Amino acid sequence: MNPNDDHLSPAESEAYRARQRARSKVLGLILGALAVLFFAITIAKMSVHASGQM
Amino acid sequence: MDAAKTLTLPADWRDFFALTKPRVMTLVIFTGLCGLLAAPGDIHPVLGFTAILCIAVGAGGAAALNQWWEADIDAGMKRTRERPLPAGRMDRESARDFGFALAGASVMVMGLANGWLAAAILAVSIFYYAWIYTVWLKPRTPQNIVIGGGAGAFPPLIGWVAVTGHVTLMPVLLFLIIFFWTPPHFWALALFVQTDYAKVGIPMMPVVAGEKATRRQILAYAVFLLPLTLVPWFIGGTGLVYGLSALVLGLVFVALSVRVGLRTSVPDDGMKPEKRLFGYSVLYLFVLFAMLVADRIATVQGWQA
Repeated sequence: MNPNDDHLSPAESEAYRARQRARSKVLGLILGALAVLFFAITIAKMSVHASGQM
Repeated sequence: MDAAKTLTLPADWRDFFALTKPRVMTLVIFTGLCGLLAAPGDIHPVLGFTAILCIAVGAGGAAALNQWWEADIDAGMKRTRERPLPAGRMDRESARDFGFALAGASVMVMGLANGWLAAAILAVSIFYYAWIYTVWLKPRTPQNIVIGGGAGAFPPLIGWVAVTGHVTLMPVLLFLIIFFWTPPHFWALALFVQTDYAKVGIPMMPVVAGEKATRRQILAYAVFLLPLTLVPWFIGGTGLVYGLSALVLGLVFVALSVRVGLRTSVPDDGMKPEKRLFGYSVLYLFVLFAMLVADRIATVQGWQA
């Protein structure tokens, strides 16, 4: 459903957008955290290899 | 559906979170962490964190797939009908896609960070819960909980293998302990919510075999669990800290199970011994695994042989 459809009242349209914004924010946070995690895993793997543990 | 009259909002992110069964996840995280901490060897803290994260996310994915499959059954039970799918707050495809995404991502990340053996066991555990238990066993056999208990038994095994890189007797024993703990734990719950399972046609033990047989089996599993939890001590995998804790915890477990196992309920009797056993069983597993870690710390510190 498209929130721009003219059959939606302004209140419904706003509710729809608010839900979309909240989802986008959470997804953004998760993707950001994943980027940090992958960076940290890479550094950790390199340090483990360098110290000859693996 | 008339779209002009009913506005279907995109599912709230909180409902996606609820789909992962966060409360079950706490036990999964805890036992996985204990397996990781009790294993002999070192793991880089970042890789250890990643292993636990992957175990948790994998369990969340399996839980989402379970609710995608069981939405109709959940709608018929008081305990589950307010979940996102039966309550109509999310469409089934979203739950399915979310479950597959979490499951796939957790296995891939675990493989890259912690090795492919741990990742393979994680994949098997997700498949075990989402397919073998949910789709195959649960609607077919009153032994569903016995074999399905395997799904919850994987986390400490995965945590252990993430550190050591191979499967030995000790992590398999941890697996078996949770495996044999699950039936008395769950049947105690099923005894006081049995009417709900009967209504939706799930063959839970109390519904199919009757209350008396269920009580006997709870007792049998509890009695078997006691020596099983002592095996890690007998084979020298753990020390006195764990051994004595397992003995005391197990004796209490058996004592509470004897009360449940040998009595017959009367209508409106409150089912107090069953509720007490269920509550204790959760505490039991938490403390037993915490003692496993405490034992490892005591050994590393040189406080025990």
